[in-house]
Amino acid sequence: MARELIHAIVDGILTGGVYALMAVGLTLIFGVLDIINIAQGVLVILGAYLSYSLSTRAHIDLFTGLLITIPVMFIIGVVIHWAFIRRLRGTERTSMTLLVTYAVALIIEGVLYKVYGADDVQLQASYTTSSVHIFGFYLPWIFIYGFIVAVCLVVALYLLLYRTRLGRSVRATMQDENAARLVGIEVNRVAALTFGIGVAVTAVGGMFFGATNAFNPNSGYDLISRLLAIIILGGLGSIGGALAASVFMLTLESVVTIWQPTWAIAVFYAALVLVLLIRPTGFLGRKAVRAQ
Amino acid sequence: MNRGSRPWLVRAVLLVLLVAVTVAFPKVFTNPAVTNYGVLALIFVTVASAWNIFSGNSGYISLGHAVFFGSGAYAMGIAARDWNVQGTTVFALLPLVAAVGAVIAVIFGLIALRVRRHTFIVITIAVFFIFQLAAFNLRSFTGGSAGLNSPFLNWPSSGYNTPFYYIALAFAGATIAIAVAVRRSRFGLQLRAIRDDEDRARGLGVRAMRVKLTAFVLSGAITAMIGSVWFYYINQVEPQTGFDPLFDLLVVLMAFLGGYGTIAGPVVGALIIEPGTLWLNTQPQFSGGYLSEILLGTVFLVIVLFVPRGIVSTGGEWITRLRTRGRPAVVPAAAGAVPGGSPGGPAAASTASTADATKYPPPASRASKGGAR
Repeated sequence: MARELIHAIVDGILTGGVYALMAVGLTLIFGVLDIINIAQGVLVILGAYLSYSLSTRAHIDLFTGLLITIPVMFIIGVVIHWAFIRRLRGTERTSMTLLVTYAVALIIEGVLYKVYGADDVQLQASYTTSSVHIFGFYLPWIFIYGFIVAVCLVVALYLLLYRTRLGRSVRATMQDENAARLVGIEVNRVAALTFGIGVAVTAVGGMFFGATNAFNPNSGYDLISRLLAIIILGGLGSIGGALAASVFMLTLESVVTIWQPTWAIAVFYAALVLVLLIRPTGFLGRKAVRAQ
Repeated sequence: MNRGSRPWLVRAVLLVLLVAVTVAFPKVFTNPAVTNYGVLALIFVTVASAWNIFSGNSGYISLGHAVFFGSGAYAMGIAARDWNVQGTTVFALLPLVAAVGAVIAVIFGLIALRVRRHTFIVITIAVFFIFQLAAFNLRSFTGGSAGLNSPFLNWPSSGYNTPFYYIALAFAGATIAIAVAVRRSRFGLQLRAIRDDEDRARGLGVRAMRVKLTAFVLSGAITAMIGSVWFYYINQVEPQTGFDPLFDLLVVLMAFLGGYGTIAGPVVGALIIEPGTLWLNTQPQFSGGYLSEILLGTVFLVIVLFVPRGIVSTGGEWITRLRTRGRPAVVPAAAGAVPGGSPGGPAAASTASTADATKYPPPASRASKGGAR
């Protein structure tokens, strides 16, 4: 029992690390642009399919493939922002952006169906099948590699946000868009770059998700609802909150799975509802989020 | 001002015509394939209007109305199964279904309506997934992934759709009437005050939570009832059809296509989209599913980017502009201030109380808040 529990916790933390990366992308986009990118889930699946194509057609290793998929996803993000998000202004912007990103998700999903079909696929590599023996249980290498890459990228994002000029512009825009504009920040460029970065991380998330789960074009909905639960729980726009919430939620889910495999995902949402009943802004949410 | 009475008359005549056409529809088109379109379109007219009573007036976008739709279907199915209700007496269970929808809406609303904007939308999605999962997992209660079958209705198979058509028509008419009543009432005004600025509305004495919750319960109860009618019409419900994420999206799309927050908007949107998607599904080249999905997404994008206020509002403006031939005196914003300013309206707007009452507040009113965040 105790061993199962430790296994579940380790599992949850390692998976949580990768979810944290995807959630940070989502919460960053929210913080800067004040929109929730519903397409994030299906973009993760798109990233997974890109890795799939690279590894099956061109025989490129999954991790090497990231060097290609990350820039590709970045460009896709910038294009989505340029083509659709940028054009939305006015009173109903919140709901409009949600609908636009939902529509983008539908289109991407349809294209994925057309190109890859509806069958489940999974990414294969030597490290998705071979395991390492630690603390008395077996853990596939992909969990450890994925976690390491995710942590490195989260640290890189942190450095980008808190140690560079671009990061300062991003944070300024998150705090107050008008004031940022006044001090000479090109808010539109910052927004486009943020959207690009927020989408680029889905390449990594997709690779990891695809290597640990069987997926099809429809898998994006499950993912986006988890990611949404995570970033709301962490507090919208809070990067630290997203990190904490993803590790917390994934660990909780994986622990509950020991007893109740079919209800584990409900615990995810139930936890969200409970936390919001007590603290409507999430773990580390800003007060301002509620006061509008 | 003598023109003021004529549009009223025109509207009354149009309304009578509209009622006559909708009532005569199954008499004229007896082909079940055609009446099927009519029944499903009216079901979605009801759902979209019910959605709009809450979301359109209050500005809280619900992406979880399938919770009520599916719960209504399941409540009817479970009650009929466990109490052995058969034949047309099942429709006596409708008040019970409404009560189930209302109770769910009270609990759902007390949780979700504490938060606003994005968070509210996400909570509705989360609650939706909890319900879908429950339908899958509570096997002895809901029948699991196999779902429930409706008890047999001994209606003649030749005109089987016709009674459903009239039931759905009655629901659609009643829901539109409720929507009009809500819009004209003090209650509707309070809801719109919440949409424009909840904190200020609260400061002016609107009991925000009570008002929002009432609208949510009203909307949920109607959606649950029409969900149970849909269940009897389709004959079965499964977790993924009763609690369908695409359903939520379609309802929102209908409201936005027609005109979010207007009376006629959701009706027009539902009448366009539901038959459209049904027709697409019958076309062989769209049967794979992905093409209709791409098309749906594209239509969605085009609407949101180019006609964000819906065809009823935008169409009304165009007609006003045509009638005034570009004279600067009557700009769209001014039309909202003059009652009867756009009497003709689009033909479809005749179901609305007035075309101009459906206008949005001018865009400037909330622009500053969007920036401040």
